Amino acid sequence: MTIKAETLNNKPKAIILRTAGTNCDNETKYALEKAGAFVDLIHINQVLNEKSLLGLYQILVLPGGFTYGDDIAAGKVLANQLRHHLLDELIQFVDDGKLIIGICNGFQVLVKMGLLPRINDIQYSLNGHKQEFTLAYNDSNKFEDRWVYLRAFSNKSVFIDKDTILYIPVANAEGKFMAKNEEKLRMLSESEQIVFKYVDEEGNISGYPWDPSGSMGNVAGVCDPTGRILGMMPHPERHVEPTQHPRWTREGLKAEGEGIIIFRKAVDYIKEKMWKKKL
Amino acid sequence: MERRIEVFTKKDFPDTLGNEIKSEIENIGITSVDEIRIAQVYLIDGDLSTEDVKCICNELLTDGLTQDCVYYNGLSDSSTNVWAGPSARPATPFGRAERAGKKRHKDNVVYTIEVARKQGVMDPVESTVIKGIRDLGLDAKSVKTTRKFLITGVLTLDQAETIANKVLANKIIEDVFINKHNLFYEKKEAIDYVFRKNILEILNAEDEQLQSISEKGQLYLNIQEMKAVQEYFTTLSRNPTDVELETIAQTWSEHCMHKTFKGVIEYNGECIDNLLANTIMKVTSELNKPWCVSVFKDNAGIIEFDEDYDICFKVETHNHPSAIEPYGGANTGIGGVIRDTLGTGLGAKPILNTDVFCFGPLDLPEEKVPEGALHPKRIFKGVVAGVRDYGNRMGIPTANGAIFFDERYTSNPLVYCGNVGLIPKDKCGKESYEGDLILLVGGRTGRDGIHGATFSSVELTQQSEVVSGGAVQIGNPIMEKKVTDVLLMARDKGLYNNITDCGAGGLSSAVGEMGKDLGAVVDLEKVPLKYEGLSYSEIWISEAQERMVLSVPPENKEEIKAVFQQEDVEATFIGEFTGDKRLHLRYKGEIVADIEMDFLHNGLPRIKRKAIWHSPSHEEPKIAEKKDYGEDLKKVLSSWNVCSKEWVIRQYDHEVQGGSVLKPLQGINNDGPGDACVIRPLLGSNKGIAVSNGMNPRYGDIDPYHMAASAIDEALRQIISVGGNLERVALLDNFSWGNTNKPECLGGLVRAAKGCYDTALGYETPFISGKDSLNNEFKLGDKTVSIPPSLLISTVCVMSDVTKAISMDVKEHGNLIYILGLTKNELGGSHYYYIHDFKGNSVPVVDTKMGKRIMELLSSATEKGLVRSCHDCSEGGLAVATAEMSFAGGYGMELDLSLVPIDKGVDRDDIILFSESNTRFIVEVQPQNQKELEDVINDIPYGRIGRVVGNDVFTVLSQSGKKSISEKISDLKEAWQATLRL
Repeated sequence: MTIKAETLNNKPKAIILRTAGTNCDNETKYALEKAGAFVDLIHINQVLNEKSLLGLYQILVLPGGFTYGDDIAAGKVLANQLRHHLLDELIQFVDDGKLIIGICNGFQVLVKMGLLPRINDIQYSLNGHKQEFTLAYNDSNKFEDRWVYLRAFSNKSVFIDKDTILYIPVANAEGKFMAKNEEKLRMLSESEQIVFKYVDEEGNISGYPWDPSGSMGNVAGVCDPTGRILGMMPHPERHVEPTQHPRWTREGLKAEGEGIIIFRKAVDYIKEKMWKKKL
Repeated sequence: MERRIEVFTKKDFPDTLGNEIKSEIENIGITSVDEIRIAQVYLIDGDLSTEDVKCICNELLTDGLTQDCVYYNGLSDSSTNVWAGPSARPATPFGRAERAGKKRHKDNVVYTIEVARKQGVMDPVESTVIKGIRDLGLDAKSVKTTRKFLITGVLTLDQAETIANKVLANKIIEDVFINKHNLFYEKKEAIDYVFRKNILEILNAEDEQLQSISEKGQLYLNIQEMKAVQEYFTTLSRNPTDVELETIAQTWSEHCMHKTFKGVIEYNGECIDNLLANTIMKVTSELNKPWCVSVFKDNAGIIEFDEDYDICFKVETHNHPSAIEPYGGANTGIGGVIRDTLGTGLGAKPILNTDVFCFGPLDLPEEKVPEGALHPKRIFKGVVAGVRDYGNRMGIPTANGAIFFDERYTSNPLVYCGNVGLIPKDKCGKESYEGDLILLVGGRTGRDGIHGATFSSVELTQQSEVVSGGAVQIGNPIMEKKVTDVLLMARDKGLYNNITDCGAGGLSSAVGEMGKDLGAVVDLEKVPLKYEGLSYSEIWISEAQERMVLSVPPENKEEIKAVFQQEDVEATFIGEFTGDKRLHLRYKGEIVADIEMDFLHNGLPRIKRKAIWHSPSHEEPKIAEKKDYGEDLKKVLSSWNVCSKEWVIRQYDHEVQGGSVLKPLQGINNDGPGDACVIRPLLGSNKGIAVSNGMNPRYGDIDPYHMAASAIDEALRQIISVGGNLERVALLDNFSWGNTNKPECLGGLVRAAKGCYDTALGYETPFISGKDSLNNEFKLGDKTVSIPPSLLISTVCVMSDVTKAISMDVKEHGNLIYILGLTKNELGGSHYYYIHDFKGNSVPVVDTKMGKRIMELLSSATEKGLVRSCHDCSEGGLAVATAEMSFAGGYGMELDLSLVPIDKGVDRDDIILFSESNTRFIVEVQPQNQKELEDVINDIPYGRIGRVVGNDVFTVLSQSGKKSISEKISDLKEAWQATLRL
């Protein structure tokens, strides 16, 4: 069971929040540990019973899966649960300078509960929540497992540097990023909150299958105005080992998979920015 | 008060599902549909104010960006009391009046078709919605969901009905309401169950009456079996209760007892006492491999993996349920085999799914679909979706499989679902003890799946959908995922002594099996129910999904309950294991069953059956020789069984858990056909497993013996191709057969089992588990269609270093191409004959002595790093294997047929190109390794038949040196991909 996270001082501590239908928790734990974090897998019931638990951690991960079966819509029920029972704590978490990442289902949850993308001027509140972004059914109307190229379009996120190219897989049915209108998408872009876009192997914006969902603006991942909350549909935790690459038998085994960078940047950020600043 | 909420896509957003359904309607020949809009309907009962309902709509049920909703007070949508939100604009969904004003054609009509699951059919969404409402601080008593379709077009009512029945709904599990606003699903009052002990008069029954009791009760016991039951109760001097008969029928069903395989068979003058023990199981005991941990006794076979863990593997069939409700059938098929893994040892972690399907051809004309059967395309799509939704939600990668098409599978499709598990070495054993409590965990029990075990043991008829509707269910993968998560925690805490799954036969089978040597008592009223009204007998035999039964020492009672409770999994003690070797069932204190375990498990009279075998003789094909075989190659590539299955594979998450090493799709564009899949169950360790399958029903039409041998050879070839080796390979058998009461049919089964024995022994690869599904035939009037003999062989190989795995795509131009193994005149049952409408007789045989040598040497070449890519020759032979390697790698090839090692009698180019001789591999080797490779393989037949070239042309020279194939690889690939691009 849970080792008290506070007992390990030299490593940033990550909490992976799991619930019914979470299913990428173990490989996400592996990726974070490989990147140098100490990781606990914690069931949401435990957090709701003891909300102060979050205080022990510096990184919170909402991993992939089908929380509550994705019944109603992907991520919707967990988003609803977090909005009504853990919102203040999550906002406090980010205000404390800590990091949140939602991957695939976790991204859907963050968007649907309103924590992402939180365009600059809209202050989040429970009553005033007007959803302006969503993740809808893919244009293909089906689940697809496929490797994609991502390019980082912004320096705002602490999880990645601009122009980095990542090759990692997507696996979802509801990954089509949508803004209420073009204007909202432009605002998001202007505030540098569009972190990842789907590109082709040369790094250029391209349609299906490069962008497997048909997202508006080819958006694959976004951050909040602080850059400390990241949400993305593709799975960086599925490419941290060289043998996970679909063509390693052609191209040779590299030292590690490209997705590790996301987790390493998170760990480094806590060590170098958050902890050093405090000292 | 009841509220009806309809959620629908906003008008300015495309309704992708609606568009897809429209194209499916076009597929069944109705082209006059103009538009389809869909609403998700929630019927909510609870003490909720208008504000509460608005909150539920806005916060929970509607996506603020893409959807609108309306709600009505009351269940019907004819009410005028409407509130619409969350967008401000007035929103009758696709409002009747509004749409009427916008008719695109003057004859357009609008049909409302509402589809609701029948009472008692699982709908996981209902409990999720209740949970979501509670998270809002509100409460709902009950939720029901339906889907409402608004179809606009020039349509007759008949056409609307056709659309409803063929595309939108399956009347087995759903009710359909066309243009009805007044509601059907008005709540039916729950019927309270009034206990009445049912006793059946059999002591004085004549044979005819016994037969009729068996039939009426859907017991499917034959007259000898009924007489054995009668005899037993005569010794007790009393008549049986209904639940006693049900328990006996379930335990004695073919599905649970394998009476055919374990019975006595008189075969061509030979007397075989227990076919299973004399063939499949005999190989294993003769080989006596030290790494076989548990074979043929647990829910799955177990072999050693590394110092800390073992691997288990099981494959099941779920054919009959999939025939009548493809989605639910496949769904619960995969759910069931995952529970086999959870119920192996003290519980294994599911790490990989496999699936193999057999369907009728997808382009079968509607008029050829028998009455009472669904169109193959509908079965195909439903089955794929069922496996997808369960496997993906469970977070288990589905990375290996195959699909076969044959017209004889039209009314009786086959659905094989497999699961591999990882289990700590000290958790492989299990035993219940006297005094252990019986704990039921997971889903609740309902009237679903009654008689599944007995239903799966008889043939299908056009009536099947009517009489056996109850046998079909829908799964709830999230329930099973929750159970899995907590169960493995309870296992690691050592809180229980024994476990098994509730599969076919429900509690009857699970408790009966676990209490076999001890005896058990169960209080049936303690079983948590989905709804009231179930009789004690229904509770006992219900096959409701997602349930496991545990044997818990009394001292752990509180702790184990708390563990399950922590993650919201229901766990209920329902009885205990007694030690009196009897099965007692009670309902509210009344004894409803009391029989000896010994009679239950050993009282079945053994059956004696006759089996005969005559080799059939098919027409010898006459196919003129050609100069150019390019078109033939493209035809074989595009045939149903060979073509790309990418459309299916991508819908499965084959990478969740992070362990994938060789994916099912490979090559320069990640789309070539991989052989075995390779995964690493433990991230951070390079130890892995390769999993493959082999099957070729077309050979079975000629000789099931050679079909079985070839299936084993094919499965092993795939393992060797990816870098595995024969030393650590275990096999699984799954027989799906026709009616084995017919001597010829049983003769084929005997042939196949003998083929399994000889071949597995020759390759020194033991069987560790298996299953059979007999009576796969469909009766239509007086005509009976049987499936072809269908043996699936699944294999698992432990690999010591996955970084040495080999994919099938060619890697660099300039590399050399070799063929290993001898090409013989073996086109019988081949795909080359198939495209020319022949079967032939020269079925491929297996020479295990030579085959073993070839596989061993290839493994050692791979181990030495000499192999750049490798692919085995299977359907379509050398031509298809080399073409696939070529277009998957993105390079052309130049091959020369005169360099292929051939057997005598091989005198034509088409034989060399398309013969499906076993144990042949195509291997790509870098030029600098030529000598070293040839040194390794020098005592087996091989040929250096060509090389990889830098251009995009696939060229094959005939034996006489002329171009017999010259095709662009993009054209070959297109032929291969176009067929199943749905």
